[in-house]
Amino acid sequence: MRNLLRLFITVAVFSAVAGGLLTAVQKGTKERIEYQQLLFVKGPAILRILEGCSNDPLVDRFKLQDGDVERSFFIGKFDGKPSTVAFETYGGGFGGDIGVMVAVNLETDQIVGIGVTTHSETPGIGSRIMTDRAFISQFKDVTIDKPIKLKSDGGQLDAISGASVSSKGVALAVDAAGQVYRRLKSEIIKMVQA
Amino acid sequence: MAKTVVQEFTKGLWAEIPPFRLVLGLCPTLAVTKAVDGGIGMGIATTFVLVCSNVLVSILRNVIPKQVRIACFIVVIATFVTVVELLMQAFAYPLFLQLGIFIPLIVVNCIVLGRAEAFASKNKIIPSLADGLGIGIGFTLSLTTLATIREILGNGSFYNISLFGPSFEPFTFMIEAPGAFICLGLMLGIMNMLGKK
Repeated sequence: MRNLLRLFITVAVFSAVAGGLLTAVQKGTKERIEYQQLLFVKGPAILRILEGCSNDPLVDRFKLQDGDVERSFFIGKFDGKPSTVAFETYGGGFGGDIGVMVAVNLETDQIVGIGVTTHSETPGIGSRIMTDRAFISQFKDVTIDKPIKLKSDGGQLDAISGASVSSKGVALAVDAAGQVYRRLKSEIIKMVQA
Repeated sequence: MAKTVVQEFTKGLWAEIPPFRLVLGLCPTLAVTKAVDGGIGMGIATTFVLVCSNVLVSILRNVIPKQVRIACFIVVIATFVTVVELLMQAFAYPLFLQLGIFIPLIVVNCIVLGRAEAFASKNKIIPSLADGLGIGIGFTLSLTTLATIREILGNGSFYNISLFGPSFEPFTFMIEAPGAFICLGLMLGIMNMLGKK
């Protein structure tokens, strides 16, 4: 009995110390990680999909409350008019959630472009959702008023062969973006014009 | 049988170099050696985890009860892997994006657990440190070698620097998964040939 208790306590102490250490490291690195993510992940994706805009979308941003979550929106000005907003949504992929930045034209309700920001897909296989131009460009000019799906789910988009789960994750994220957009459109327009 | 500290260190560089001699940890070996920077990054991350877990397991080897040693080793290893993951996100974000899921997967890398179980839990701190460092550097060298071959043939570049100019038609097979198997197989064969007595 004493022996059993000893096993118990050893593992518990180990786990507690490990947990404490990890909390400290996470606290210490949190801010830097957030900054790095904005710099390397969201920044390039936003600038890529809002290419040619005359302002800095990383500066011209606002936040809106959507139910329980707070979402950031990045404004892109074209021809002097703030006509486009970009925001990030998530869809479940093969290795976890895939983050996708979606830019929508406020006048036509069409997608201007999408860019994958974060993912944990298999390097070299699922990670092609970041780089496969043919796949990414399919989303351009898709009208956002109806569900966005892959062909295998009765939709209009081709998946990347060999990476169908990852492709579906991206489609789910873009579809979620459509829902957010429909839900918040009037508020977005109010914020953009303000 | 007692080896000196230097011998414990150098055995990881040739006589027991993973994954060619110590055929363990093949999953990251095959997956991250598409490019040299990924190979080196993965090697350094694994080395850090190996050294830290070896030292800690060695310090605690008399405290850890035999029956739950594997659970304790995994807690130690998982802790250091998470530390590496957070540090890499904070200071080498592009590398973290490239290696992706294979950083957390160091937890189940047989090399790390194997050294904790087979070496560190039975030896003093200094030899354990030398062992971890040697095996880790050996692993880094192996990954770098494999990645060099694959990146030069498969992408025509070394450390993302183009070598042959635009007229080079890359042998892309080498950076795909089958290329990894063939390349590793040939390396294993060559190592066996060289090691034959």
